[in-house]
Amino acid sequence: MAKVVVDVMPKPEILDPQGQAVARALPRLGFDGVADVRQGKHFELEVDDSVDDATLAKIAEGFLSNPVIEDFVVRRVSE
Amino acid sequence: MTAKVGVITFPGTLDDVDAARAVRYADVEAVSLWHGDHDLSGVDAVVVPGGFSYGDYLRAGAIARFAPVMGSVIDAARKGMPVLGICNGFQVLCEAGLLPGALVRNHKLHFVCRDQWLRVENTQTAWTTRYEPGAEILVPVKNGEGAYMADEPTLDALDGEGRVVFRYVGGNPNGSRRDIAGISDPTGRIVGLMPHPEHAIDALTGPSDDGLGMFLSALDALQGAPA
Repeated sequence: MAKVVVDVMPKPEILDPQGQAVARALPRLGFDGVADVRQGKHFELEVDDSVDDATLAKIAEGFLSNPVIEDFVVRRVSE
Repeated sequence: MTAKVGVITFPGTLDDVDAARAVRYADVEAVSLWHGDHDLSGVDAVVVPGGFSYGDYLRAGAIARFAPVMGSVIDAARKGMPVLGICNGFQVLCEAGLLPGALVRNHKLHFVCRDQWLRVENTQTAWTTRYEPGAEILVPVKNGEGAYMADEPTLDALDGEGRVVFRYVGGNPNGSRRDIAGISDPTGRIVGLMPHPEHAIDALTGPSDDGLGMFLSALDALQGAPA
């Protein structure tokens, strides 16, 4: 088994109202100096050794993210 | 020929009953289609209604597009069957790749629920022939992820090819690019929109009966189609 992390983030040109709402809340809570926040999704997958990188890319691109609005990064974090 | 229009129910669908009622108001037989069905029961067109299919987990429409019934709908749509996606149904059609672009969180993060004026920009689609060009219609809009997004070349193509079917007038409720409320595929047989024409088919139960024209248009398209 291996642990695989897939991070999905809104594309830079896509408005991220959730991230902006978090960014606007920070100064109200007394946290200054945070210029910007982007909010995305973080997936942790436990996968068999038989699952190759091409399959992981298909999972990330075809299901976990929507390539119209999101970018993704796939990382194997342990073997 | 008696036209039959299927209305899909996913777990979490809310507006299937109203969509079926709208179909019946247009004197068309409404056929319930279950998300787990592969068979479309011989319907001539399909409405993918609104709601929160599969809880909208992951992304709105992202899981529904893989439902067994959607495989059959996608195959039939590619062969020319008219399909209308309303609200969550529009999101499903975009996720399924039948329509371009995506729907994202409303720009001010609010769930918007109000009666909304739309301008009918294309009266040539299978779902809009009953409207006068440029007609303005009043139908409810109710969504949290209704902002239409696509890259600039896609938006230019939609505008250039007349595939923006509905545009918001009197204020954009959700930050949709270019005030887009609904679009079509290149054939005009697949249409998706965020507002809810099925809630506006009778002045007794909605703000107008302006939405009924979409279902009557489909009836015309089906009756005009070769059997």
